[in-house]
Amino acid sequence: MGNEFLPLLYSFHFYLFGLLAIAAALAFVTRKSPVAAAMWLITTMFALAALYVMMDAQFIGVMQVLVYAGAIMVVFVFVVMLLNLGHPSEISDIRGKWGRLIAGFLGIALLAEILALTRDPMDLRLVVPVIPATVNGTGGIIGGVAGPLFREYLLAFELTSILLLIAIAGAVVLGRKRSAADAR
Amino acid sequence: MLAEALAISAVLFTIGVIGVLTRRNAIIVFMCVELMLNAVNLSFVAFSKLYGATGQVFVVFVMTVAAAEAAVGLAIIISIFRHQETVNLKDINLLRG
Amino acid sequence: MIFLSPQEPIVTGHPLADTVAQYVWLLPLLPLLGFVLNGALSMKAAAKTGPSDPSEAHHDAHGGAGADAHATHDAHVSHDDHHVVRHKYAGLVSLIGPGVLVAAFGLAIAIFAAMRSVDMAHPYVETLFRWMPVSDLKINVALQLDPLSMVMVLVITGVGALIHIFSVGYMQDDPGYPRYFAYLNLFVFFMLLLVLGANYPVMFVGWEGVGLCSYLLIGFWFSDKANADAGKKAFIVNRIGDFGFLVAMFLLFANVGTLDFSGIAANIDKLAAGGAVVTAICLFFFLGCTGKSAQIPLYIWLPDAMAGPTPVSALIHAATMVTAGVYLIARSSLLFSLAPVASLTVALVGGLTALFAATIGLKQWDIKKVLAYSTVSQLGYMFVGVGVGAYTAGVFHLVTHAFFKALLFLGSGSVIFAMHAAYHATHNHSDDAQDMRNMGGLKKHMPVTWILMWIATLAIAGIPVFSGFVSKDAILGAVFERAQGSTLAGSSLMGIPGSTILYLVYAFGLAAALLTAIYMTRMMLYTFHGPNRTGGEAESQLHEAPWIMTGPLVVLGILSAVGGWLNLPEFLPLGPHGVFDKWLEPVVGEATARVAAGGAALAPSTEQALIFTAVAIAIAGIAIAFVRLKPAALVPKKDAAPATGFAKVLEHKYYVDEAYDAAIVQPLVKGSKYILWKGVDVGIIDGLFVNGSALLARATGWIGSQLQSGQIGTYAWVLVLGVIALLGAFVRVH
Repeated sequence: MGNEFLPLLYSFHFYLFGLLAIAAALAFVTRKSPVAAAMWLITTMFALAALYVMMDAQFIGVMQVLVYAGAIMVVFVFVVMLLNLGHPSEISDIRGKWGRLIAGFLGIALLAEILALTRDPMDLRLVVPVIPATVNGTGGIIGGVAGPLFREYLLAFELTSILLLIAIAGAVVLGRKRSAADAR
Repeated sequence: MLAEALAISAVLFTIGVIGVLTRRNAIIVFMCVELMLNAVNLSFVAFSKLYGATGQVFVVFVMTVAAAEAAVGLAIIISIFRHQETVNLKDINLLRG
Repeated sequence: MIFLSPQEPIVTGHPLADTVAQYVWLLPLLPLLGFVLNGALSMKAAAKTGPSDPSEAHHDAHGGAGADAHATHDAHVSHDDHHVVRHKYAGLVSLIGPGVLVAAFGLAIAIFAAMRSVDMAHPYVETLFRWMPVSDLKINVALQLDPLSMVMVLVITGVGALIHIFSVGYMQDDPGYPRYFAYLNLFVFFMLLLVLGANYPVMFVGWEGVGLCSYLLIGFWFSDKANADAGKKAFIVNRIGDFGFLVAMFLLFANVGTLDFSGIAANIDKLAAGGAVVTAICLFFFLGCTGKSAQIPLYIWLPDAMAGPTPVSALIHAATMVTAGVYLIARSSLLFSLAPVASLTVALVGGLTALFAATIGLKQWDIKKVLAYSTVSQLGYMFVGVGVGAYTAGVFHLVTHAFFKALLFLGSGSVIFAMHAAYHATHNHSDDAQDMRNMGGLKKHMPVTWILMWIATLAIAGIPVFSGFVSKDAILGAVFERAQGSTLAGSSLMGIPGSTILYLVYAFGLAAALLTAIYMTRMMLYTFHGPNRTGGEAESQLHEAPWIMTGPLVVLGILSAVGGWLNLPEFLPLGPHGVFDKWLEPVVGEATARVAAGGAALAPSTEQALIFTAVAIAIAGIAIAFVRLKPAALVPKKDAAPATGFAKVLEHKYYVDEAYDAAIVQPLVKGSKYILWKGVDVGIIDGLFVNGSALLARATGWIGSQLQSGQIGTYAWVLVLGVIALLGAFVRVH
């Protein structure tokens, strides 16, 4: 396998995972059962993780699998099971024909606009500070992300920790079963 | 490569939007939102290939927020389910003016 | 100087500056202090005993049950209250209430003594603090001491102190005892502010304040609706007059540029003599006077004001407040002397009121109503005096009237007190303690009151050497003198020459003097002479009032008898002549001279003829009363036949109240009810504006609330539409 095949191989896999992501996403929104939908969404996330890795964001790819597919989606499935919603409800939760049609038109309009905007020559360099993603730097793959995270974005990082703390507290308060005395 | 990645991102985002518009199951709507977040993450990663590591840092933040959102959102859904025995958005109209 | 003062008083080199007069601010402050203390005691007592405790109810000044106990003496209401207990703070209040007045009177005497020894060519003005410094309008709260305000202060604090002392006895068992003294002290505060104010706005504050206190005290026993209505009537009628006062002030400021008395005196040449402006100012001021001083056409509130406690009638509705109008004209004498038409109007209205009220007084049966109409009549005399430019005579009659009318009212209070006590002791709750038909023969039981009341009656009738004779004669003499030649006689009112009007006023005055003698003698005869009609058992209970009530009566009796010495006319060989004239000369001398210009003093023979006429008329009046009236033939009220003919008209006060009711009150009520209330208020204001705007808001809110369906799906749709629209704005078509 010569080097001349590498771009082709790369492109093939890129399209493969891209199409897989889109196909899995389509399957996700059309499933009636929440569990099936969750499974298809997890598929999308795996495909996206592959794309991340292919775009030199190996750390993010790992995080995608661990945090998204491994933690968040598990919580979703867990809630679905907890509430015993695993089976498709007798009354369909999908809107009627006209609702789907109009939603489709709206989606196409949105897509067209987004694509038109990505074609637009916008100089993003003006608004985004350039921090080179050093793969071969001293910190390795993780250092490329960790460097900016703990230097330029330290305050935001600390704030997210507070956000998480609040989210935990909120989830506990909301999820707690209320006693009769509290129910006043 | 950037253009393709952005296109995939746009398509995924639109699928998420259509899902939000057409589904009435609160959990699925929630998952559609997660899909939209993932689509945005893809854009961030794609841009980071071109412009540097900032995009990846933002992905980390988005994931954090998504985790927090999932925790609180699902807790709310559980709470509502306890009261109303349903997660169908049609039956949930506590905010009606 | 005073804690309120941010600046030194603007007094430079006035001879009074370093004397006791610098404490003039204490004069109004003392009664105010009394008001605060008594008011606090009243509220404290009211807070302690609530209506929830029936056994304590009669202590309670303000509670529903406590109000029943008020009718101890004076009122027509009869109640069985054998449990009258003095107010818990009565002792303290009895010290504070009259105490502050006695202190103020002492201070007034000291200032008076200081004033006598200096030259009072200019008033002594003490500025306390700036009140309304707005652009050109610079109004200070300033007090002015000059001979005129000194006279008023002495009368108010002196007579006021006597009436306060009398009240201690008269009101002793009233559950509202501290409240009564609080109001009375507050009244004196405002009255002193009225006469001491160095500009019209400060005077107006006092003017309104005394009106308020009058209202509060007329309706003192407010649980009886008639009393509350009388208070409201007084207040509302006075508002009409106050409107005149205000307009006069506005005109004055617009044309002269200042409202200070001294400033107006300095800029008086800005007003053209006899011009429309000064005439309008004076007429508007006089409108204020007709309200406050009960002249035609606004006199109707004063007789109703008798619903208040009798000492209140003596202080407010006879001696002080109702004379504020006379003071106002004397204070504004410079303005009135420039407006002959206004002055003639004042004199004519005064003369008409004097005669008109006197005729009504002839046929009243309520002893206080007789005195009320007598007061209206005597106020008319005072206005005749100040109207014809005899400002000294008018103010002098004010002073003597304060003496003898206060005496008459307090004496009648003493009678009512005795009558009520007698009825109370015999459990008679149906007979009216104020109706003269139920009295008679009281001289046997109340000799002191009887003698003193006769002194006052002779004084008011104008019998020589008594005070009323001197002052009333001075007024009538002045009218005659002005009629013969003065700026007034030279001008004309509505086409009638001034001299004609003045002769007419003189005739009114003489007629009123005759009627005064008749109705006063009638009152004395029916009350004190003839057989007793109280009823056998009650008669034995009649007795003289305690010394704390008769004491002030004696003092007032002496003053009524000898008050004339203050200003003896030239021809009486009894003592110093014209003391009062000389005293007031710095204040009203210039104005008097201007009015009198072109006339000559009366010849001694003419003057003696006038006096002889007046005395003859007074004696004739008394004689007619003695000859014509038969107290023995009188029957008690419950057996009396209704009056017929003209007597009935008089008894119903010419039906003026009914006429006002038909001409003004009823159209106003009907118009208010059907046009303003049902039409404008309910229809337009409530219907269109209030409910309409509410409906508009509700409709808008309903539309908005329909958008808030609570369906998150709908929100998502709207959100996506918005996103598409926003993104569309960024898309550039290539």
